[in-house]
Amino acid sequence: MAVIDRGPEIDEGGLATLWEDGPGVPGFLTTVDHKRIGLRYIYTSFAFFFLAGATALVMRAQLAEPNAHVLGPQIYNELMTMHGTTMIFLFNTPVLAGFGNYLIPLQLGTRDMAFPRLNAFSYWVFLFGGLFMYASFFVGKMPDGGWFGYTPLVSKTFNPGINIDFWGLGIVFVGLSTTVGSINFIVTIFKMRAPGMTLNRMPIYVWSMLVFSFMAIFAVPAVTLATGLLELDRLFGTSFFVPSLGGSVLLYQHLFWFWGHPEVYILFVPATGMISQIIPVFSRRPLSGYPWVVAALVTVGFISFGVWVHHMFATGLPPLAMAFFSGASFIIVIPSGIQFFAWIATMWRGAVRLTTPMLFAIGFLLIFLLGGITGVMVAVLPFDWQVTDSYFVVAHFHYVLNGAVVFPIFGAIYYWLPKMTGRALSERLGKWSFWVMFVGFNITFFPMHILGFLGMPRRIYTYNDGLGWAGLNAMVSAGSAVFGLGTAITLVNWARSLRRRAPVPDDPWDGDSLEWATTSPPPHYNFAAIPLVAGRHPLWDQQPLPYASSGEDDETRGLGTAGAVDRETPITSGLDNRPEGNLTIPEETYLPFVLALGLAVMFVGLLVSAAVVAVAGLALAVFGAVWWTWRTDEDLE
Amino acid sequence: MTAVVSPGAARPSTRRSYTTAWWGMAMLVITEAMVFLVLLAAYFFLRASSRQWPIGGIELPKVDLAWPFSFVLWGSSVPIFWAEAAIRNGRLAQFKAGLLISFVMGASFLGYTIYDFNDLHFGWRDNAYGSIFYTVVGLHAVHVVIGLAMNLMVQVKAWTGRYRTGHHVSAEVFSLYWHFVDVVWLFVFPSLFLSPHWR
Amino acid sequence: MAGVTAAFLCASTVTACGRRSPSMLDHHGPEAARVAGVWWLMFVLAAIVYVVVAGLVITAVVRGRRRAAAERPDAAGDERFIWVGGVVLPVLILAVLAVVTVSTTRDLRAAQAGELPIRIIGKRWWWDVSYPGAGVRTANELHVPVGRAVDLTLESDDVIHSFWVPQLAGKVDLIPGQRNHLRFTASAPGTYRGQCAEFCGIQHAHMAFVVIADPPEVFDRWLTRRASGAGVQPTREEAARGEMVFNRESCAGCHTIRDTEADGKVGPDLTAFGGRRSIGAMTVPNTATNLSRWIRNSQSIKPGNLMPPVALSSRDLRSLVVYLEGLK
Ligand code: HEA
Ligand code: HEA
Ligand code: HEC
Ligand code: CUA
Ligand SMILES: [Cu+2]
Repeated sequence: MAVIDRGPEIDEGGLATLWEDGPGVPGFLTTVDHKRIGLRYIYTSFAFFFLAGATALVMRAQLAEPNAHVLGPQIYNELMTMHGTTMIFLFNTPVLAGFGNYLIPLQLGTRDMAFPRLNAFSYWVFLFGGLFMYASFFVGKMPDGGWFGYTPLVSKTFNPGINIDFWGLGIVFVGLSTTVGSINFIVTIFKMRAPGMTLNRMPIYVWSMLVFSFMAIFAVPAVTLATGLLELDRLFGTSFFVPSLGGSVLLYQHLFWFWGHPEVYILFVPATGMISQIIPVFSRRPLSGYPWVVAALVTVGFISFGVWVHHMFATGLPPLAMAFFSGASFIIVIPSGIQFFAWIATMWRGAVRLTTPMLFAIGFLLIFLLGGITGVMVAVLPFDWQVTDSYFVVAHFHYVLNGAVVFPIFGAIYYWLPKMTGRALSERLGKWSFWVMFVGFNITFFPMHILGFLGMPRRIYTYNDGLGWAGLNAMVSAGSAVFGLGTAITLVNWARSLRRRAPVPDDPWDGDSLEWATTSPPPHYNFAAIPLVAGRHPLWDQQPLPYASSGEDDETRGLGTAGAVDRETPITSGLDNRPEGNLTIPEETYLPFVLALGLAVMFVGLLVSAAVVAVAGLALAVFGAVWWTWRTDEDLE
Repeated sequence: MTAVVSPGAARPSTRRSYTTAWWGMAMLVITEAMVFLVLLAAYFFLRASSRQWPIGGIELPKVDLAWPFSFVLWGSSVPIFWAEAAIRNGRLAQFKAGLLISFVMGASFLGYTIYDFNDLHFGWRDNAYGSIFYTVVGLHAVHVVIGLAMNLMVQVKAWTGRYRTGHHVSAEVFSLYWHFVDVVWLFVFPSLFLSPHWR
Repeated sequence: MAGVTAAFLCASTVTACGRRSPSMLDHHGPEAARVAGVWWLMFVLAAIVYVVVAGLVITAVVRGRRRAAAERPDAAGDERFIWVGGVVLPVLILAVLAVVTVSTTRDLRAAQAGELPIRIIGKRWWWDVSYPGAGVRTANELHVPVGRAVDLTLESDDVIHSFWVPQLAGKVDLIPGQRNHLRFTASAPGTYRGQCAEFCGIQHAHMAFVVIADPPEVFDRWLTRRASGAGVQPTREEAARGEMVFNRESCAGCHTIRDTEADGKVGPDLTAFGGRRSIGAMTVPNTATNLSRWIRNSQSIKPGNLMPPVALSSRDLRSLVVYLEGLK
């Protein structure tokens, strides 16, 4: 194991108190530490994952046999909608944002995000948005329009209750969190890299988060408008999607999928970033074809904005126009192929260690390969006419969402969680978890392909006997329990690690990136002095790792320990990353919480159509915003 | 002992690049631009799928007042440029004057929008044309309101002497936002007000 | 892999597996056959790609495990590997698929001579079927002649539905404010199950239907008989009483029975209901017992559907059932 050099001798105790959050609830509500916030994101979204997973298990109990009576149709539709919505909006997107929050500043070698308070704000918005949607359970009116809620099914005419409003407003709200978080990532990545970390030396994971963020700020407006205009129709009686008044129901689909397709890559790209971090470390050599992988990530980002119509192949658009979108969907295979072969090449000439994170990475490769191939199949227009909206598509997207995104996330948990908590996870339980999940996964989702061929549409709460669907469905349901068990083993492992408090060395895996240069868990200030980077793999190639010392001038003062003492972190000029100044990390503050709370109150007001409440919430939010702007100049420069 | 090295690349820059706050605002402007782009796409989508535009015999948008006030709005960027130059060179009085002029121009545009809305013979519930028209113009007006509020904020800071040369991030951020609000109108106005007349 | 292939082969020849699934691989028309052909081509390509690429992954892991940690080999040759695998291989395969996509698309959606027009309106949660030329209307059953192309006009006046008969053709949505078309030909007599494929609300699961393909002369006889309005007059006394109950109760306000007072438009046309195979868009088989349960409280059979329970004396109910079952 590498000898880790922690930098200049400093009074660590003094620094720690300087950076520490206040105690108790106030400290909890006011913290702006990217690590606390990141971990909080991860915990919250995993809570949503297990909720939505448990929901899926209940759905599977209903579908295990024909004409079952576990769930009625209404509750099935509600659970189905919440399962998909939660997995996409409240688990996958935020958990990736959580990892980004925690890891980006560490991997860049800086002391926090560019906008620490905004960071806290985006967490609170996510939390309140999730609670907002889940409040529907308490009034027994869960959204029931499917995760893409097509109009007119979700219009006031056909769905008069407030079920859909929880969903529509909730998505607008949660979208705000993603947008704000992404802006923060972009600025952090552009302005706060350690000296020497030029763009072409950034860890692939950071690249993937940069692509994630840019895709998000371009795509999220479309879903905000889709659901926002829907809510205008529902709450204020406009007619965007009312055909008899000149509205168009297809407009909704275009808006939704113009976000929806990029969204699945928004999830997929950071997952591949994690894989590109894990595979090289456990092959003990740099990632093959780094520039091509970066180029692949960026091109995926671009192309994914040009394929959304492949979700609308059955809507009766002109066939040759649709064939164009088939073609665009084919092209997106190439960047995925490049990444895929880069991973193989890395292992091919590497010295592979089969640790738990690596097992998840290999499981990911085998599963994603199939999910990608079925993706190409459904991109073939005439074939999709048969399988769209059938269980074949359900199989495709679980192979990619659950296989190609959740497996990397589990790998990332095993890889990075010990760094975050400072507590070791059990490798033995981890391997058990992997194998149970891998086997359970394929038993669950493989038969779905065949069910699609046998004519089983998706989103049906039950089916009749005699269609030849019963046996396979029983198998799927049994498999889902196995898969669920596999995830539960990780949950146990996680909880056990917190209880047993087995300490973790700074660099347990012999990693290459800067997060391994600091302690586990890292101190509040991450780095007392900022590391100086001279290559793509500082911890492998620069032994001992050099640290900057504080200069006399403004530009370089923040680099060394003087910066940590002043609660500052250095700012660089952007693309060419010259040290340029310092950012004062703001003190703890209620601002983000208050602003998010104001917005939450406003959304509740809209939900229950209580103008007073909505206006009060808005007023609180405006108050927060003004306060915030008023204080802006104090912290910058 | 630890290696403590002065950063190799630490040649202090002669010119400062944009601040993090400016970058943050620039990214916000990008998403906001997407909001308007998507809305305008929705406008043309609805238009393409209707036989008649405006739908249901609604009058064509009136441009007699819209033209001059559009120029007022676009023109309001000029004093902001002027003010920006002023604060960079420490001329606070000119800075305040620029902000004030721009504020008056923006506010008069807002006044026009409100007047225009009251003057229309259709509502946003009437049909999809009404819905998209009010939503786009209204959303732009909301941005004008936010811009004016930011302008006020900056003015208060200026009048209370909180700015110094090289210490005026919020002013910079505001000016970027205001230019954006103007540029959006450069697209909204031709699309919503002019294009229905060209057939 | 063998198991996978067997599973798909099984799906394609349902009878061999002792089931009767509406499988898209068990095709009975040129449209579905064409798509099944596309599938088998893709299946072979996919199997090759999967076996080769997964084989590479596993070999890489096995090789890599044997290597000592100390060596850190350089990256020479990696780039070529990445380019061949990640760019050249996909481009070749995708070029094939692109040609297949375009040619199949062009053939499948082209209009043909002598098509039989049929109009389908999707309702929550049943199918309104009419034959515009002949003035015939029915529900949840689609009679088509074998060997002749049909041209379906698909519309909806509530939410979006999707028309899917896997054994005959791919699906097309029924979208409010829009008129879509689907063309297919049944190549062999038989009944083919179809089901709504776009989520349309609480009873989306029970919005199925059946396509009945008959030899042309049988179909023509059926159409003429339906067009003549035969079979509507009650022949038994009990049935005549049933007709009276039907018109007296709320039934007639929602259902149409040709040449009678009943002309409601909310529910399915019941003109030839007695001849239908099922009740409630394939929810339960059409038997007297099921019908009487349905009329008394359809909500217990198909919860959430739009027909309210109707309070009737058991005498009235019996008459109604006799009447409706007699409509053939
Ligand atoms: C992480 C998420 C994710 C990812 C990565 C993908 C990846 C892909 N998806 Fe998928 N997709 C979804 C999530 C995702 N999808 C979801 C959630 C839905 C359904 C939404 C809903 O309806 O609810 C969906 C639905 C969906 C549809 C619509 C189906 C329908 O509703 O009828 C289509 C159609 O084109 C499609 C295509 C593709 C393609 C071409 C890829 C490609 O990117 C795959 C490329 C990768 C590979 C091919 C493997 C690696 C490549 C090689 C090893 C090279 C060699 C390979 C070949 C030559 C083939 N997807
Ligand atoms: C990341 C995304 C993701 C993930 C991980 C999953 C995971 C699973 N999904 Fe999901 N699914 C979607 C995204 C996802 N799904 C989407 C987007 C849809 C579309 C919805 C729509 O059509 O609108 C969908 C739809 C969907 C359907 C189709 C429903 C229908 O069309 O009617 C089915 C059916 O089987 C299903 C099953 C499952 C199963 C069995 C799992 C399993 O992997 C779950 C495994 C179980 C667990 C992980 C939980 C383990 C539980 C415990 C350990 C107990 C502890 C409990 C607590 C602490 C509360 N999913
Ligand atoms: C408020 C409207 C309404 C009333 C009143 C009503 N029905 Fe219905 N009926 C429907 C609807 C809607 C359906 C379709 C339900 C479904 O399948 O989702 C239906 C379906 C049926 C069916 C099954 C048709 C098929 O092919 O599946 C029968 C039979 C029927 N009704 C008979 C009756 C009788 C008899 C009465 C009176 C005692 C009656 N209906 C009263 C609306 C109504
Ligand atoms: Cu109709 Cu689903
Ligand atoms: Cu897609």
